Amino acid sequence: MLADTVNRLFEDLMTTELLIAAEQGEWPAALWHAVEENGLTMPLVSEAHGGVGCGWLDARVVLHGAGRYSAPIPLAETILASWLLDRAGIEPPHGPMSIAGGSDGAPLRLTREPDGWRVDGECPRVPWGGQVDHVVVVAPAEGAVRVGLVAKGEFNITSSQNMAREPRDTLRFDNAPVNVAGTIDNLPADAVTLFGALIRTAQIGGALERALHESVLYANDRVQFGKPIGKFQAVQQNLAQLADEVAAVGAAGSSACAAVDLALQSGVLDDAWFRIAAGKARAGEAAGKAASIAHQAHGAFGFTYEHILHFSTRRLWSWRAEYGTGERWAEALGRRVVEIGADNLWEVMTAND
Amino acid sequence: MQTFSFDPVELPPAAAELRREVREFLAEHNAARKPLDRAQSWSGSDPDFSRKMGERGWIGMVWPKKYGGHERTSFERYVMLEEMLVAGAPVGAHWIADRQSGPLLLNFGTEEQRQKYLPPVTRGEMFYCIGMSEPDSGSDLASVRTRATKVDGGYRINGSKIWTSGAHTAHVMIALLRTRNNPDNRHDGLTQFLIDLREADGTDLKEKNGITVRPIISMLGEHHFNEVIFEDAFVPDSAVVGTEHGGWAQVMAELAFERSGPERYLSSIQLVLEMIRALAASPTPQGHAAVGRLVAHLATLRQMSVSVAGKLNAGEDPALEGSIVKDLGAVFEQEIPTIAQQVFDLEPKLGEGSDLEQVMGFLIQNSVSYSLRGGTREILRGIIARGLGLR
Ligand SMILES: Cc1cc2nc3c(=O)[nH]c(=O)nc-3n(C[C@H](O)[C@H](O)[C@H](O)COP(=O)(O)OP(=O)(O)OC[C@H]3O[C@@H](n4cnc5c(N)ncnc54)[C@H](O)[C@@H]3O)c2cc1C
Repeated sequence: MLADTVNRLFEDLMTTELLIAAEQGEWPAALWHAVEENGLTMPLVSEAHGGVGCGWLDARVVLHGAGRYSAPIPLAETILASWLLDRAGIEPPHGPMSIAGGSDGAPLRLTREPDGWRVDGECPRVPWGGQVDHVVVVAPAEGAVRVGLVAKGEFNITSSQNMAREPRDTLRFDNAPVNVAGTIDNLPADAVTLFGALIRTAQIGGALERALHESVLYANDRVQFGKPIGKFQAVQQNLAQLADEVAAVGAAGSSACAAVDLALQSGVLDDAWFRIAAGKARAGEAAGKAASIAHQAHGAFGFTYEHILHFSTRRLWSWRAEYGTGERWAEALGRRVVEIGADNLWEVMTAND
Repeated sequence: MQTFSFDPVELPPAAAELRREVREFLAEHNAARKPLDRAQSWSGSDPDFSRKMGERGWIGMVWPKKYGGHERTSFERYVMLEEMLVAGAPVGAHWIADRQSGPLLLNFGTEEQRQKYLPPVTRGEMFYCIGMSEPDSGSDLASVRTRATKVDGGYRINGSKIWTSGAHTAHVMIALLRTRNNPDNRHDGLTQFLIDLREADGTDLKEKNGITVRPIISMLGEHHFNEVIFEDAFVPDSAVVGTEHGGWAQVMAELAFERSGPERYLSSIQLVLEMIRALAASPTPQGHAAVGRLVAHLATLRQMSVSVAGKLNAGEDPALEGSIVKDLGAVFEQEIPTIAQQVFDLEPKLGEGSDLEQVMGFLIQNSVSYSLRGGTREILRGIIARGLGLR
């Protein structure tokens, strides 16, 4: 039923005009309003904090939908940010949020002043960093990894974008006031990258599904040599492989989300690491392969700005690089697997049964 | 467009206990098996091992007790199977009977057939082979020509089957034969038969019944499959499985059922394990990235395969999902040897060299068959395309 809400809402509101306007920098206020009204920004927030109280497996449906419809809003980021806040004991504010952890090797720094916490440092490529009302920061301080909330206006913004023309801004924090509450048990220092990879995997799953859907529609519609091109076996064989990739990433995404839900029960968040790493590695690989097949099936029409396919494929190429490329996650996963050892591989593989 | 989904399923608590038992059993009965032998996966055959599995109740696990089965869930069977395959245990002797022929008889067999042909299977004493393909009928299975002609009290069979795995050791063949010609519908007029090849004690029944089994040696120099020639071989009326002339639908159901098990992505697992061992000794970033990528695929395929098992358990018909698992699984199994070669810069070897080199040498060759057996890659992708609404 969450899926129905998501699909109906995006089906109604996500138009090509809206996508084009967003690429030109317009904030889709009506879309954001509708998403927030329907509770889609806070699936993971506890009811005590005004949320829905679902797990990641349910939230995946929203993330998947956001990816499928190329929603040009920081919905996935707000879901993640509000989850972190809720877990840390801060009631999430309304309005769009993003997340920031620093850069490779240079995490943000949190310090406690007599009148409250401050945050310092720089974070590149913060999604919608210049447009959101709040940024949730994650940084180590006083022996724990802490979560804090920084309001718009407390940081400097240098605008930039990804290949899908989604805002990816550099934020600079100079002694910025930040609301830091409790800590989250076992939250890893690279939580933004880790859970960033999780939300992108789910979004990639959605974007892949859309690319397949558009390709099948097109192949049944476009006539060459007197019949729809989808009747040609070569085209069928390619689209079957596209379907394989869609299926695989869908499964990898749900598996990673389910693993986080389980890890939250057991209290050992690290248990989910394996599935998230596998998910992003698998999704990254699928994104490239699938985009290539979808474009091949669409011919020159798919190469135009007018056709909608590129809204999905440009996201696929950007998202596969964000929060760690598939290659980087694969290497980390491989290192972990070698540590675990061949004789224990299946133990880990079946740990979430 | 038909949609597909692979929802996570939770395995029942009994599965964890069973996994422990299987691992203990393997530690006792499979520990000495060499990596190269393990790499045979479900083609590795050892009747003694099958009998031991039978004693433990791990053949026909989900079948009714009255036929020697154990009425366990298909999840438990899944867990047992994946443990066996990851360990490279020799499950090949009873493999076809347990996976394919037993379920066929449970679905379509007569009470008499079930009473006679199922209990010995569960004891690991009766092995099956499948006679579908013929020299001129591969992917186009409906074109089979080997004929069963109605005679008094039964049928006379003439023609030949090919690529019949295990025909030289099996006790029974389930054959798909032509029983009548219908010019308007070639799917009509095919019938499945139970053909006795051997007594339980091993006594041969083929020779005196006009059945000849000729070995076909694979490019690895191994004897797994055969040509089987029928010259006026007789089977009684009671050998018909299911509906006379209605075998096509039965065969399609049988094949769809076998597309998504753990055997569909674990055939090259021994090489992944050898790669991990080699990297533990001398780690490289390239090696880590390659193994990590393979493990990401493995974890995803397992998730998909278990999910399909869940749908089968719930009585759904995940035909499209099953084909997707088999297609992805075969691609995965096939690419591993080449990746191993790239990562380790080694020559594949036969009969000498390290475990890694030998397993690689075996799988480079053997994996060619993984996208042929049980329906070729192209045929599977055709099935997927139909599911997508393209055909
Ligand atoms: C190791 C092994 C064990 C086997 N064991 C058994 C067994 O126990 N019992 C049994 O009955 N059979 C068995 N087989 C046979 C197996 O089922 C067949 O190999 C398979 O059905 C393909 O038939 P074929 O080899 O004649 O290839 P063909 O059907 O001749 O195909 C050759 C190539 O053409 C392609 N092709 C064919 N038709 C089409 C089409 N319409 N569109 C596009 N491409 C097409 C195929 O995909 C393939 O790439 C076994 C095969 C192997 C390799």
